[in-house]
Amino acid sequence: MALKTEEMILNMGPQHPSTHGVLRLELQLEGELIVNVVPHIGYLHRCFEKHAEAMTYPQVIPYTDRMDYLASMYNEFGYALAVEKLLNIEIPERVEYIRVIMGELQRIASHLVAIGTYGADIGAFTPFLFCFRDREKILSLYEMTCGARLLYNYIWVGGVSHDLHPDFLRLTKEFIDYFRPKITELNNLLSYNKIFIERTANVGILKKDVAVNYGITGPMLRASGMKWDLRKDDPYSVYDKFDFDIPVGDGRMGTVGDSWDRYFVRVLEMEESLKIIEQAIAQIPEGDVTSAIPKRIKPPVGQVYSRVENPRGELGYFIMSNGTPNPFRIKVRGPSFINLAVINELCKDLLVADVITILGSIDIVLGEVDR
Amino acid sequence: MKEYLNNIWSAISTIFIGMGITWRHMFVPSVTIQYPDVKLDLPERERNRLYVNMDDCIGCDQCARACPVNCIEIETVKGIPEDDIGKTSNGKKKALWVTKFNIDIAKCCYCQLCVFPCPTECIYMTDVYEFSEYDRDNFIYDFVTLTPEEREQKKINYQKFEEEKAAKKAAAAEEAAKAKAAEKKDDNKEQN
Amino acid sequence: MIYEFFSNLFNNQVIGYIISAALPLLFFILPFVLVAVYMERKVSAHMQDRLGPMRVGWHGVLQTIADLLKLLQKEDITATANDKPLFNLAPIVVFAGSYAAFAAIPFTGAYIGSNIDLGIIYIIGATGLVVAGILMSGWASNNKYTLLGAMRAAAQIISYEIPTILVVLSLIMITGTMNLNTMSQMQTGYFWNWMILGGPGLGVTKFLLIPFMIIGFFVIYISTLAEVNRTPFDIPEAESELVSGYHTEYSGMKFSIFFLAEYANMFAVSAIVATLFFGGYQSPFGYLGNTLGAHWLVPIEQFFWFAIKGTFFVFVQMWLRWTLPRLRVDQLMAVCWKYLIPIAFVNLIIVGLITIL
Repeated sequence: MALKTEEMILNMGPQHPSTHGVLRLELQLEGELIVNVVPHIGYLHRCFEKHAEAMTYPQVIPYTDRMDYLASMYNEFGYALAVEKLLNIEIPERVEYIRVIMGELQRIASHLVAIGTYGADIGAFTPFLFCFRDREKILSLYEMTCGARLLYNYIWVGGVSHDLHPDFLRLTKEFIDYFRPKITELNNLLSYNKIFIERTANVGILKKDVAVNYGITGPMLRASGMKWDLRKDDPYSVYDKFDFDIPVGDGRMGTVGDSWDRYFVRVLEMEESLKIIEQAIAQIPEGDVTSAIPKRIKPPVGQVYSRVENPRGELGYFIMSNGTPNPFRIKVRGPSFINLAVINELCKDLLVADVITILGSIDIVLGEVDR
Repeated sequence: MKEYLNNIWSAISTIFIGMGITWRHMFVPSVTIQYPDVKLDLPERERNRLYVNMDDCIGCDQCARACPVNCIEIETVKGIPEDDIGKTSNGKKKALWVTKFNIDIAKCCYCQLCVFPCPTECIYMTDVYEFSEYDRDNFIYDFVTLTPEEREQKKINYQKFEEEKAAKKAAAAEEAAKAKAAEKKDDNKEQN
Repeated sequence: MIYEFFSNLFNNQVIGYIISAALPLLFFILPFVLVAVYMERKVSAHMQDRLGPMRVGWHGVLQTIADLLKLLQKEDITATANDKPLFNLAPIVVFAGSYAAFAAIPFTGAYIGSNIDLGIIYIIGATGLVVAGILMSGWASNNKYTLLGAMRAAAQIISYEIPTILVVLSLIMITGTMNLNTMSQMQTGYFWNWMILGGPGLGVTKFLLIPFMIIGFFVIYISTLAEVNRTPFDIPEAESELVSGYHTEYSGMKFSIFFLAEYANMFAVSAIVATLFFGGYQSPFGYLGNTLGAHWLVPIEQFFWFAIKGTFFVFVQMWLRWTLPRLRVDQLMAVCWKYLIPIAFVNLIIVGLITIL
């Protein structure tokens, strides 16, 4: 006769040091093993989509910043591309290059946060501070260009708000030379550390077909072995002019698609972003960055869906306009929201300690999950 | 067995490599800036607290319309012909008295959208970032340089001017109507 | 020697005992804890490229005192459903367990709290009291998660005592005594007489022993790291996935006693490792007092060397804390039972064989 046991419900509540934001995870446990994980979201819902219906098109940009606050440039980038598609305008090439440089720097900054906080969850406190120290350099580059460190309002529909500062390209080159050895140091300190590998390898294995069925995109999908990146498979802006590689998880420390792969794909992506920035700095043309910004944005009636490759996945904007200066409807496909849905599958039959490991490797930002 | 020894070797070697990195970092000078004693030099495009130079403001309301959070409130009143409101710094004559220019700096999201539409560049972002207050009402910044009595005075002036204009217009209209009526009567008389 | 001095002073053995037992507490442990907390914050800060406490006193030296005053004036919260006697007793038991170990550790040649022949075995037994204290605190907090944390802490400490004992046994076999004082005196001379380099006396056994002594040193260092709950084994005390471990519910004075006990424990195990393998209070280069003819200088020098060695090992413990991530509970147990115990056991057998030679 089997022993009758009761399932215990454990709440990793909205306030917790290891859930990156206000997320409530309800764990149903059987002893120490997990039976079910139910994420409860909505604690950070700020009605972005409804609010945008009352704003004019340029006024929406500060609001898009605040969705995924760790990768603001990309949010603005996606929105600007969508509205430009709707308006059908051409933008100068210098603007495209500036947007790419800013976007890739933002990708490095966002991955630094992901890596640092992941290490801090696992218990290694030092790489966290090293990552934030390097991120400060990127934020000061941004501060020099547009005046803000986190929420930029820089990429506008039709161009960018300020031209690059005269010292910007030189300082960016210095940053690239400074940062390359830091990636090696980070690898030696954290990625190849045996204890870190023991904690993360073979934990939370996401198979390729499961990932595709759930609609996962971004580094999570690439870690499961699938080579899919919107910058190469559906190029937007000037990404087709650069030569870079898409890192894919190969299961060298465990199986393909485990947490270590998801973490290491992000480290490799930082390296690739450095390559893209170098090539962009070499190729950037001169020009006027504000010439194509329309005085009054009043797009024709129609709808558009445009997508970019966020540091977390595929960020999509669906904009429907009815001929007025205010958008009729904006819908955002937030990658963190969709990536979070798979946490139940990943946590089957694991210990409670592994939930933190898996959550950190998914890399969510609650601003994007809840909007 | 081989894997066992491999595990031990990789554990010890990676631990020692990690320890080497932290050891070396002990001798690298730290990056901390000790804030209240030492302050960072901010770049020139820095976006902190807003400032309005009222001498240049022409009351066009563009900044209030551009703001995404509606933190700017502007009320203007037209000047009467005898008034001299002044000139902006690029020589244009101003036509409006600005009687209310409130910025609720607690609502401001520091997005800089108000700076670009201003025709005289009188609203701009400074690099002041230490402006905490004890009382929330102190966050509503009032930029108008007129005293409250002067503002009332301008409004009353304009109202009086309008009333006089309306009275004159009414008087003129009456006279015109009277004249027309008189003319008609004359016409009628003539016809008859 | 100091015990005799005090009992002669007061002509009463009991008072002599009490004073010579209280001496290390007042003059060594408390100042050491103050220094150790400050050192941890500064060491961690400089490893992370930042500055650490800088404002309280010159470069933050008074920070620990400020923290202590803050903790003392906090409200002593006791929930109604807590088991009051156990709740209040737990910090005292933990502190007593870690402090009792200092009785048998020789600080200098002239002072040892209690010169019993059971030496090291007594120390290992006394630190077992800590387990009882932790379980008491976890249970009496009336909190699912502290109980879980306390159970894990108890399992961890008890398992990791086994490799410690095995290595200590191998050392007892070599030196033939369990008294730490005698062991320290055996390692007199220069640093090549230390146990880690094979022990006193010249001969084939000395050179054969060196690799096994080094392995034994690593095993005992790792297992004592686990006994004091430091990273990478700090599941019980850091934010163990969920909440803060067995001392969540404590505030104010009781929490500061836990804190004090942890640092005292850290020093105790460092001192034990230093005494067993690195010569205890012996100087590596000979004594200045001896060369100058001032023989009263020798115990002071010995104390100085003892403090240096203990502090160095505490520093290495802190260094490891800020470099390594944390192990999961089952991996922690796997390290103990699958790696450390077999290695320590094989080490014991080989050392035993060598001593027969």
